[in-house]
Amino acid sequence: MTERRTMTINMGPQHPSTHGVLRLVLELDGEIVVRCAPHIGYLHTGMEKIAESKRYQQVIPITDRMDYLAPLSNNLAYVLAVEKLLGIEVPPRAKVIRVMLTELTRIGSHLVWLGTHAIDIGAMSVFLYAFREREAILDMSEQVSGARMMSSYFRVGGLFADLPEGFEKTVRSFITSFPDRLAEYEDLLTKNPIWLERTRGVGVIKPEDAVDLGLSGPNIRACGIPWDVRKSNPYSGYEQFRFEVSRGTRGDVYDRYLCRIFEMQQSVAIVRQTLECLPDGSIAVADPKLTPPPKPRIKQSMEALIHHFLLWSEGFRVPAGEVYQSIESPRGEYGVYLVSDGSNKPYRLHFRTPSFVNLESLSKMVEGRLVADLVAIIGSIDIVLGEVDR
Amino acid sequence: MDDVKGAEENLTVSRLRERFPEATLSIRSFRNETTLLVRPGDLIRICRHLKEDPGLLYDFLSDLTAVDRFGDHPRFEVVYHLYSLQYKWRIRLKVQVKEDEAVPSVTSVWGTANWHEREVFDMFGIGFEDHPDLRRILMPDGWEGFPLRKDYPVQASPKWWEEGAAGD
Repeated sequence: MTERRTMTINMGPQHPSTHGVLRLVLELDGEIVVRCAPHIGYLHTGMEKIAESKRYQQVIPITDRMDYLAPLSNNLAYVLAVEKLLGIEVPPRAKVIRVMLTELTRIGSHLVWLGTHAIDIGAMSVFLYAFREREAILDMSEQVSGARMMSSYFRVGGLFADLPEGFEKTVRSFITSFPDRLAEYEDLLTKNPIWLERTRGVGVIKPEDAVDLGLSGPNIRACGIPWDVRKSNPYSGYEQFRFEVSRGTRGDVYDRYLCRIFEMQQSVAIVRQTLECLPDGSIAVADPKLTPPPKPRIKQSMEALIHHFLLWSEGFRVPAGEVYQSIESPRGEYGVYLVSDGSNKPYRLHFRTPSFVNLESLSKMVEGRLVADLVAIIGSIDIVLGEVDR
Repeated sequence: MDDVKGAEENLTVSRLRERFPEATLSIRSFRNETTLLVRPGDLIRICRHLKEDPGLLYDFLSDLTAVDRFGDHPRFEVVYHLYSLQYKWRIRLKVQVKEDEAVPSVTSVWGTANWHEREVFDMFGIGFEDHPDLRRILMPDGWEGFPLRKDYPVQASPKWWEEGAAGD
């Protein structure tokens, strides 16, 4: 009888299908993965440490860089946490604009996931199509903030600026054409026999394991647990929008795919409602200690100039205390734990990033599967390494 | 942490008090969030009860992290954010810990605590008793110090600079 031996190999940290600098130490029995140990930290930039030395508004651009595919989601979680500490609520117009742009961000993020996931499995056209549509979303981000990716558009107390002229028309035109584009992706993949073969029954995780491992977002919903923070603990006025929560049954790669496709459809529905109910009015709280004075006033009023100067040099103080604010990011529960000592800088800022937590379940999903399945499974978890490592 | 007078006790707290009358529980309520300070010795049984009591079902450990209260005694707080998928409630648990002291690992209650506790160990140097695989997670194995401690500098001069300065 021949001795059965396993082989240990490294996949990554430089490998296209690990979606970033992720190293997986794989113990293989032929093509079967016996054990998979993820090694992370290659992209660790000490964001939480840096945040302790920055004023509250200065932290916003840091959150952008954590999940560079959904920067506005991160902005939202952070500003909501600071606003909770301050005990303020932004005006209705700012709330609705936040929801509109966060949902567009969700679509953009899911498009990158779809394109890269499909190309991992060998479907090239979807990748090109998905990036074409994402381009339109980046254009919108550029229109509102001046930046395509790291937009930092949300501010504590409101928004950086109001929507530019004609922006609503651009959004309307996008959400009118996008459902047809989405149907095209589905034509290419949903009933494609190769796609089905590569994704159905692959990377299955049971609902009880998903809860135990803290999975969230489309990954937990694909197991049949319809938990969405937007519904369960609404924030930023989500309770006023009608949408459905995605839900799968098998908890495999295919169900995660279906959940995200469904979520894009629902995001379109939410964006449509935001256009219908977009109120007029201010986009920031009327508090001179938080909101900078309008530029023309700075040229006329010494008081305004002083306030502007103080805001940019000293920032604002936040009452001592601690809060936890979470939102439903494209990847799941994105939480911000913020501790204030009453100064103008966070005493402690911790990000509960869904990618970090979701990646922990990779080993459970892949053990016993083929190496080729591993590629499909990593894609289906939809990790962003900037968020894993922070 | 002192009890806040008039703090509204929610159902979770009253059920815990009922079940563990001998346990010391300090409660603080701020911005509609409840924080419960527990002793390390009570942590595991309280966590298990919070997870398994049919009236509570905090089955989801959202987050686990720590705060360095440098200058205070005990120095660290380990913070647990629990969530009940069934009732949609959140609660925050806290355990205070001295430097060089360990906290019981909650990996036996929630599997996800594994990576969270490794991160807290990596960043603060807080140990977790009975953790199955306690080693650094974000920093390299040979890294010196714990970056999220308050006495660890945000910006440090490189070693070659310090060596050069000392040699001059």
